[in-house]
Amino acid sequence: MNVDSTIEIAGPRPLSTTPSAASISRTPPALELCGLSKSYTLGGGLFKRGRSLGAVSDVSLRIPRGQVMGLVGESGCGKSTLAKMLLGLTTPSEGDVLVDGKPLRGANQKALARHVQPIFQDPYSSLNPRKRISQIVGLPLQVHGIGTARERAARVAETLDVVGLPRRAADQFPGQLSGGQRQRVAIARALIMRPDIVICDEPTSALDVSVQAQILNLLLDLKQAFGLTYLFISHDLAVVEHLVDRVAVMYLGRIVEEGTRAQIFGAPRHPYTQALLASALTPEPGLGVPDIGMGDAMPDPSAPPSGCAFHPRCPRAEAVCRQQRPRLEDIRGDNARVACHFA
Amino acid sequence: MPLLDVKNLRVDLPVEAGTLHAVRGIDFHVDRGEMLCLVGESGCGKSMTSLALMGLLPRKARLTADRLEFDGIDLTTLSERRRSDLRGARMSMIFQEPMTALNPAYTLGNQLCEGVIRHRGVSRREASERAIYLLERVGISAAKDRLNQYPHQLSGGLRQRVMIAMALMCEPDLIIADEPTTALDVTIQAQILRLLRELQQEFGTAVIFITHDLGVVARIADRVSVMYAGEVIESAPTPALYANPGHPYTRGLLSCIPAPGKTPPGSRLQAIPGVVPSLVGNVEGCAFRNRCPQAQPTCERTPPLKSLLDDHQARCHFADQSVPAPRQPETMS
Repeated sequence: MNVDSTIEIAGPRPLSTTPSAASISRTPPALELCGLSKSYTLGGGLFKRGRSLGAVSDVSLRIPRGQVMGLVGESGCGKSTLAKMLLGLTTPSEGDVLVDGKPLRGANQKALARHVQPIFQDPYSSLNPRKRISQIVGLPLQVHGIGTARERAARVAETLDVVGLPRRAADQFPGQLSGGQRQRVAIARALIMRPDIVICDEPTSALDVSVQAQILNLLLDLKQAFGLTYLFISHDLAVVEHLVDRVAVMYLGRIVEEGTRAQIFGAPRHPYTQALLASALTPEPGLGVPDIGMGDAMPDPSAPPSGCAFHPRCPRAEAVCRQQRPRLEDIRGDNARVACHFA
Repeated sequence: MPLLDVKNLRVDLPVEAGTLHAVRGIDFHVDRGEMLCLVGESGCGKSMTSLALMGLLPRKARLTADRLEFDGIDLTTLSERRRSDLRGARMSMIFQEPMTALNPAYTLGNQLCEGVIRHRGVSRREASERAIYLLERVGISAAKDRLNQYPHQLSGGLRQRVMIAMALMCEPDLIIADEPTTALDVTIQAQILRLLRELQQEFGTAVIFITHDLGVVARIADRVSVMYAGEVIESAPTPALYANPGHPYTRGLLSCIPAPGKTPPGSRLQAIPGVVPSLVGNVEGCAFRNRCPQAQPTCERTPPLKSLLDDHQARCHFADQSVPAPRQPETMS
């Protein structure tokens, strides 16, 4: 597949129309999250106050342009809520998202959509079964009023080429395509606006392994060709290790460790990261299933444990862990952050 | 004599366009106390195979087999009544999604005890005692109180533990587990798999474990049968399969998962091009040939099952020849 010849590489565009943005000398990271929090209110009623559930608490992250940031953690840890905030699908309770150094708060949804696009997990439910592929992929252009009908059709055809779909797919319906082909359609739809940032929320979990490899290769090619920045959310640690530059590990709404791929996979420092990595089953016969010595389930996020939220499951927990929440800090000055009293 | 002996099992389903050959003549056997993994991708027939063994196929499905024997009992001619005596009592099943397999309207106690009361004719008290014992064994705290709880009051991991306890209630000879950990987080998956393996060895239960995850297979299986397009294309003891995969499809599957420490990060993964063939109508020759890097004109003919070393067979014309060209996956130590 020759990616380069089909679509010119779109340069980064500032979110607002002010021309001065391009003249800033130190380029801001493509995506920056500053103290981002999201809480929901559960239950409650006319005379009763609801409980507050902190789905995401005080998350700060920088993703430099052209890099892949992996986000891992168990279900319910807040990964998807975080993704929703980045896509402008839900407003943060506190904190800011900066796209290209510009705060997302107040930016309109359409302007944001030109910069940040999603690829979701399930290509069976994320595509409208009653629309043809050309309509699905071309819809963003229509919404944004880009080009004439003919120009739009040409761009759709180009984009289908880029993601490795045959031209005839344009006239087909999602039901006529395989899972891998559908995920290519979802990728084409995300790329047609030529975004800088793509939020990949478990993009291969619904696919068979042989197809998963094709999609991962495609994502890597596209990143190269278009200089894309990815936030890659996945529970498959082998895939994350293969794809990312940096990794953030989330537990109960907070980032507990963040660092480069080598730092996290080579020498994890947080006991939760260690347990997570130990429980990944690599295809090596004879090793058996490891005993990760961690309690059963995540605690109730609406009543998080005191101190370090991981202490009830942590093999190393001591009194201080029950009383004081460890701060996420770059203790060693090696640009890796970890939130553990004993790291 | 193996506990379960299957020869030339076929399952056909009538569909609009003709007949879907979901399972196309597979052979396998399971010994007592053994863990056999059936591995393959969606649509390969692994779930249909498990439903066929349990006698739970859709009504319109047609099953034929040269032999389908469980502990010497011919399952093909068994009446539905005798079949249902066997199901739950001597063979039981663990499904992928415990929330849909458990009845939301009954307490866990009710559901755990129902089978053993029916099949073993024990009193409700004895049944409850056994349920409490097994819930404790699968690592559920406050087991006695749990009996009065409903499925929605438990987390996914706990529900799957309940399913395992339920499968063990009648001390079956065979458990069929269909992707039992696929819906769970990795940390919970590791705990559940450890538990299943431990109990299986302790009770001497045979398990057919159905999965698409080669990482899981490597860690728990005694033997593996790899399925593709309704056929078993390779079967071997687990270490042999990973060290010397004999079928190009198995080699492809093994090389398309990134292996930490072996696959250079960010490098292109070996993908298997193309898609699985349609199983509607007759499938001629090797079903994998349109995706196979080694396909030859010979592959138009149906490949024989070739025997390799030690109980290792592969359905490929070239299985016994050394592997040509494409990058050979590194052997695992």
